[in-house]
Amino acid sequence: MAFDYDKYLRPNKLPHIWCPGCGHGIVMKGLIRAIDTCGLKKEDTAIVSGIGCASRLPGYLDFCTLHTAHGRAAAFATGVKMARPEMNVILVGGDGDGTAIGGNHFIHACRRNINMTYIIMNNKIYGMTGGQFSPATPTGDKASTTVYGNPDPAFDIAKLAIGAGATFVARGTAFHANQIDKLIAEAIQHKGFSVVEILDDCPTTYGRRNKFKSVIEMMNHLKETTVPVKAAEKMSPEQLKGKVLTGVLYKEEKPEYTEEYAKVIQRAQAAK
Amino acid sequence: MENKLPTIEIIEKYCKGCYICVEFCPKQVLEIKGFVVSVKNLEACIKCMQCELRCPDFAIKVTA
Repeated sequence: MAFDYDKYLRPNKLPHIWCPGCGHGIVMKGLIRAIDTCGLKKEDTAIVSGIGCASRLPGYLDFCTLHTAHGRAAAFATGVKMARPEMNVILVGGDGDGTAIGGNHFIHACRRNINMTYIIMNNKIYGMTGGQFSPATPTGDKASTTVYGNPDPAFDIAKLAIGAGATFVARGTAFHANQIDKLIAEAIQHKGFSVVEILDDCPTTYGRRNKFKSVIEMMNHLKETTVPVKAAEKMSPEQLKGKVLTGVLYKEEKPEYTEEYAKVIQRAQAAK
Repeated sequence: MENKLPTIEIIEKYCKGCYICVEFCPKQVLEIKGFVVSVKNLEACIKCMQCELRCPDFAIKVTA
């Protein structure tokens, strides 16, 4: 039976602005299915984003949505969560928005372990502004500002999140469309700061410059360069060379920030 | 039991002709006509829902 996406969408905003073949739409569908699985109510769910292609996502969803300054999704979302701790807060953004402009907010949100879910759509480029290289652009790849190849090494966003202290980190791809909603649903249900990195395709500004002939070639590239975590356990280091792991990469239980903060308020009031 | 054909609803206003549904369909049910997708061979459809799952533009609805 077909899934009814319409009840979660703002139909007057569609069709969306994303280019033909852009994976952001696939991620948005995954997010809608995940929200449906978790049974989140529209009035109790805030979806917060910064600026960029991926950050246009909340505009199409019929929830409490907040479209904020570039890279500042985590800061605004922290404010929402602190003011209304009972709300489910979901952040969406791209790789540039999350790890370059908003890099500082991102790592500190991870460190704080506040109960929110951050979905980072990593298309390895700044799509909206014309294909400049981002911190997630792999070494040697071409962008409009690195026409002879990018000399910088790329961020591993999942490892960055683990290192910064996020308590749930997962990675999926736009190719594995069925897996996206399961990862996001698990992240939403996890208590603490959860990061879901979704490897995405940008046919317009990344694919064209990096010799991908079609959207399908980019999708197949996502399939070929990724390995599920469980399968990787049985593989040798040679087999894993150049592969990216997908699935739930890290999970732990730690004190949650809004609860800890409530205790601080209690202590302060008791001291009066 | 009679094998009922599904209905494939295409919202042409949303379709951007990215070829994802056409390429991922295992039975070549869909084709791009002009700039938007259309149903070429409904009888071959096995209701795998790959087109609906992967369409980034909310343009395909398959009802089995």
